[in-house]
Amino acid sequence: MGKATTSARNGTFLGRLTGSKNGLGLIFMLPAATFLLCFLTYPLGLGVWLGFTDTRIGRAGEFIGLENYIWLLDDPVFRLSVFNTILYTSVASVLKFGLGLWLALLLNEKLPMKSLFRAIILLPWVVPTVLSALAFWWIFDSQFSIISWILMKWGWIDTPINFLGDPTNARAAVIAANVWRGIPFVAISLLAGLQTIPASLNEAAALDGATSWQRFRRITLPLLTPIIAVVMTFSVLFTFTDFQLIYVLTRGGPVNATHLMATLSFQRAIPGGQLGEGAAIAVAMIPFLLAAILFSFFGLQRRKWQQGGAD
Amino acid sequence: MTNIDRRSLMAGVAGLTATTALGGRAFAQSAPTFTPEDGASLRLLRWVPFVTGEEEAWNANTKAFTEATGVEVRIDQESWEDVRPKAAVAANVGSGPDIVMSWFDDPFQYPDKLVDVTDLANAIGEANGGWYDGLRDYAVKDGRFIALPLAAIGNAICYRDSHVKAAGFSEFPSDSAGFLELCKAMNANGTPAGFPHGKAVGDGNNYAHWLLWSQGGKMINEDGTVGIDTAEAREAIEYAKALYQTFIPGTESWLDINNNRAFLAGQVSLTANGVSLYYAAAKDPAMAEIAEDIRTTNLPIGPVGKSVELHQTTSLSIFNHTKYPEAAKAYLQFMYGTDRMNAWIEGASAYCCQALKGFADNPVWTSNPVHAAYAKASESLRPNGYAGPLGYASAGVMADYVLVDMFAEAVIGQSSTDDAIANAARRANRYYR
Repeated sequence: MGKATTSARNGTFLGRLTGSKNGLGLIFMLPAATFLLCFLTYPLGLGVWLGFTDTRIGRAGEFIGLENYIWLLDDPVFRLSVFNTILYTSVASVLKFGLGLWLALLLNEKLPMKSLFRAIILLPWVVPTVLSALAFWWIFDSQFSIISWILMKWGWIDTPINFLGDPTNARAAVIAANVWRGIPFVAISLLAGLQTIPASLNEAAALDGATSWQRFRRITLPLLTPIIAVVMTFSVLFTFTDFQLIYVLTRGGPVNATHLMATLSFQRAIPGGQLGEGAAIAVAMIPFLLAAILFSFFGLQRRKWQQGGAD
Repeated sequence: MTNIDRRSLMAGVAGLTATTALGGRAFAQSAPTFTPEDGASLRLLRWVPFVTGEEEAWNANTKAFTEATGVEVRIDQESWEDVRPKAAVAANVGSGPDIVMSWFDDPFQYPDKLVDVTDLANAIGEANGGWYDGLRDYAVKDGRFIALPLAAIGNAICYRDSHVKAAGFSEFPSDSAGFLELCKAMNANGTPAGFPHGKAVGDGNNYAHWLLWSQGGKMINEDGTVGIDTAEAREAIEYAKALYQTFIPGTESWLDINNNRAFLAGQVSLTANGVSLYYAAAKDPAMAEIAEDIRTTNLPIGPVGKSVELHQTTSLSIFNHTKYPEAAKAYLQFMYGTDRMNAWIEGASAYCCQALKGFADNPVWTSNPVHAAYAKASESLRPNGYAGPLGYASAGVMADYVLVDMFAEAVIGQSSTDDAIANAARRANRYYR
């Protein structure tokens, strides 16, 4: 580049900006930053603000401080939904982790038609949630459940199982549906992690006489921890904010036994028109989500490099 | 209103509307005349039609209006659950559709954003035998019409005639005590009844409101305070518990579609639904036997002494942000013309029950005996949040399933009767504070 152009560039502010490495970096980051600001920070900020107002759909609200939260704390339906959400998330996440890891270990073995199996495993994850939820709706139907039908054919039971009518059954049923849907994500991600573990480590340990349990416990699991942390954080976040499955299967029934915070937030905000209260319920989810993220960050990612330091 | 022979009056109106169609502007002396503004065009936001015949009739009427006046009308359809938020936003942003076909207490969510249509409503009412009281209440605020009631989407009991007869009832009981006995007998026969106690927006609310109202209970007092905690409400819950014992298991998980499915599969022999249940059977050759056996009747009368039900209500209102209020009024006036309204009601094949008493003799109600029960929907209709004022509170209580939950938690034994009432009162108080 000629010397004259360079000096001409240096003359203007724009020239200096594009000339410097940091300035150029700033310009390149601007689109992404604007995007984040418009589509992430603004809606989040608006949601938090709405939670402090008595806004209804189509009517601007006034600032009412913590009133929504004070009411919610005293609202048995909301408290039940918090309990349901925590129960749903913890049971489903543990099951998804256990079954997902097991599946990943199986798929990591030398199997015939390995890639076909891996593709099939992904199916539940690929099918749109609403579709799979509709399938489960039939499976759990109080009159036409295929499970009840088979068990009745076998003569094990006399009347159909009340899957979605009994509170305990309903909770178990929605958790089962969520687990079915969530396993592929965990399994495939952990499988990817397993494949980064050098085979030589396992071979060396095997030569030294380590049992397969010892190899799993001492080699596979420690090396897999970082992946587990990331995968399970995402899995917990997805489960905690689940909406479609519940909405299709039960709409939160029977008598709110499967109402999650997300579904209650929608019910109060959109059909109920109480945007302020709905937003407050949604905002009340944030502390739980932050706690899950922090737990994974400080609890599971114990190595320094994972937290941005030197190893 | 003077006592005019309705037939002669209707004939007169029909003649006059015909003149309008030919380009004339004359209406009956009592009827105001609306001249569309120059270059006017309109947008109507309506719910997605349930019946194609209804849609065709509505669109044909609209086309006739465009031909007569030159005013283009664009019709936007939204799924019925989305009309409420969309209309509320349009009202408050002050742009979007000019006219909305909305549900229940929607006009009361933004009454000051709507054009006063009292003159039009009174003229239409006078010309057609008057509005039904329940539907009128959904449209009148402080003595002024903020909407024109359009129709009640009727709800009625659908039952298998042979199964009721087999249970030893030659006639369907018309009182709630006899109804309980029937349900007991039907359950003993292995052909049980089933009503949804789950979060079924339409059927669940219809059933819960009938339970409460037929026993003389009410959610709200006249002065807008919560009035659920009464002996009548306790009676209603006890009655619901007794009925629930006779149902097919699992009704507490039922959403809107479950009772249809169970009925059409022959699992339940008695439920309440719109006329769509009958048509689902009638249109399927494989279900000819069931279709043949279906009878309909109104929900039984309880201690309150008269037939009271919620049904679904739909009405038309004009936003005051419209640039063409005269054209909008002219459009509505046109659509309520005798022949056009009759064609529309007929097209809806018993799904939509007339808002005006003058249309009660529409041939659709006698064309099929199954339709007859739905003809009485507008008569038995009682507004949501009875006996309090309509508004965001009444809408919110229904959307939050307060009444549905009250009965559900009591019948499945999760709460005692007193606790169920206390919970409902507490939740309703939140909206009516």
